[in-house]
Amino acid sequence: MLHNIDVISSNMAAPMNSVGKTSADRLQANCTSFQKKTRSKLISIPGTRPSVQNGQLLVSTGVTSLDYLLGGGLAVGTVLLIEEDRFDSYSRMILKYFLAEGVVCRHELFVATAQDNPDEILQELPAPILDDVAVPKPVEQPRPTGEPQDSLDAMTIAWRYQNLPKVQSALASSSRFGHYYDVSKTMEAEIRQAAKCHRFYLPDHITPSSAAHSARVESYSALLKSLQEVIHREGFDLATPMSKSRNILRVGLHSLGSALWGDDLCCHDKPRHSHALTTFLYGLRALLRSSLSVAVVTLPSHLIQDRALMGNITRLCDNAIALESFKGSERETNPLYKDYHGLLFVRQVPHLNCLARQLPDHKDLAFKLKRKQFTIESHSSELKTRKVTQRLHLPPDLSDTASRVSRGEPVGVASACGSGASGTKNLDF
Amino acid sequence: MFTELNSILNTSPDSFTQGEFILVSDRQSDASFLIHHFLSFYLRARCKVCFLGLAQSFCHYGAVSQRLGVSLTQAKEKGQLVFFEGLKECLSVLLPKENNAESGAMNFLRDPPVGLRSLYEFVRSSMIGSGSMEEGAEQWGPNVLLVDDLSVLLSLGVDVGAVLDFSHYCRALVCSQMQGNMVMLVRCNKEEDDDDDGDEGSEVLLKGLIHQCNLNLHVQGLPTGYCKDIHGQVCD
Repeated sequence: MLHNIDVISSNMAAPMNSVGKTSADRLQANCTSFQKKTRSKLISIPGTRPSVQNGQLLVSTGVTSLDYLLGGGLAVGTVLLIEEDRFDSYSRMILKYFLAEGVVCRHELFVATAQDNPDEILQELPAPILDDVAVPKPVEQPRPTGEPQDSLDAMTIAWRYQNLPKVQSALASSSRFGHYYDVSKTMEAEIRQAAKCHRFYLPDHITPSSAAHSARVESYSALLKSLQEVIHREGFDLATPMSKSRNILRVGLHSLGSALWGDDLCCHDKPRHSHALTTFLYGLRALLRSSLSVAVVTLPSHLIQDRALMGNITRLCDNAIALESFKGSERETNPLYKDYHGLLFVRQVPHLNCLARQLPDHKDLAFKLKRKQFTIESHSSELKTRKVTQRLHLPPDLSDTASRVSRGEPVGVASACGSGASGTKNLDF
Repeated sequence: MFTELNSILNTSPDSFTQGEFILVSDRQSDASFLIHHFLSFYLRARCKVCFLGLAQSFCHYGAVSQRLGVSLTQAKEKGQLVFFEGLKECLSVLLPKENNAESGAMNFLRDPPVGLRSLYEFVRSSMIGSGSMEEGAEQWGPNVLLVDDLSVLLSLGVDVGAVLDFSHYCRALVCSQMQGNMVMLVRCNKEEDDDDDGDEGSEVLLKGLIHQCNLNLHVQGLPTGYCKDIHGQVCD
């Protein structure tokens, strides 16, 4: 780490201004250039931490096992692409975890949808497990002096403590990275309303008649414009000076590429505007790299026939995972998968500011949504394969690599200098 | 700069063949580490480099180059490096503002059929412009053009023919006319024997570029499957 001050500006995915600017900032902060290099000059943003691998600033996705898969968290300035499962249940859940984590960390939110109103998603956010979340108390009316105090509040025995301020029962949520949520309850309104949320609901911005006649997909340009306005107005731009306290903007884009966005990617084999979404993702990357924001995009990839196009879309996002749920498929009753709700594929992990990527240890990951945790784990440990072979009455496999026996292992996976991209052919038994 | 690669290719910053078009390609993997290698290689060789960084931000290239021992900001200040940051320029085209001065090099974003003429003009002006140097400016070696990467242009809607024309024009300018070198990265998605209609564009582009280039470094995954420690193989 060459710049001791401003860990954020030197190590983030987003580009920083020229070196001259940071030294100007430095001189503003101290009188002389002989200031001892202390860590107290680092601007810390609640809910973030630097990566142990390359010093990038990370935020939590709200799901601790997903954070681990992504190398500790989601780097600020990057995009996470989630290829939706068939019914958009688990991908929507991860999006809600992401937004809920933003509320708990006091980040700002930007939610864009074309289908449901953003408020619907916000009302469904899971409730954080409360003992370590600061619940904002409503602002009390200042009592004029001389007014008799409310008899209920008056302490009779410990009256000396009467006038001390009421202690907030929570420690600052900024000291913790990643929280746990109870999905059987929704977040209370007062916690949710403490976070600032910007909404983009497509029907409010585009009238159907104008979209039909345009040569391009207007919805993406409108979304990009709206996002840029919010970034600029609320001060997430890296170009604005670092003097005031900074915050992170969490951007959640729901079901991008679906027909409701005016795009025909999911409807036709040869879409008319095949480059509208990729151009939007390029613009999104440009916006994120130059601001303190992070985005999660869900995409109904199972509707897109063109695998090459999916490859292009994946490359334009930094992180990419795909979910495949077992609901309604024959795998639901398969004894191998009875502990899990679906499979998770890591399509891509980024290697920003460094040469090589951190690849996940296993390629055969499955997830399970429990009430208080969304777990992601490899579904073929050594132990399990023995059980598997016994269940299926197969002769035990004496090979070293346990992964050969697992289902869903793609054939001929070409993994190379850090792509982590699995092929689309699955072994079906 | 990777010394092993230098010894395999029989090159070094002090002596390398001029007038070469090196194509770096990959299939289902990521060959961008080779671009970083060549960037630090040519900067060390004291060449004048024009780098079209379309895929990532300047900060990313700067951070990696720092670890490879080269400072991009210093090279830019000295005039050795002309860096075109695609991400930054694209916003002025995608989200136009009234008082925004755009360089125009990315105006294919607004209208893909226009092609890459303005991008070529940018390359040309940065290369030819070095001819008229101010007093006291350092003398740099031959011109080098690096592009990361051409597949981004395909994703943004540019026609394959336009990209091939662009690379041909650049090769004529850089390699033949100025006796400099050119390194371009192109990425493919699917397996070679797949018969998908989808990725014809990048396959055609790859074949066309292989025909044009002098040396092709191809990065792909191990045929035996996924291995965490060895990432892939490079063949030329």
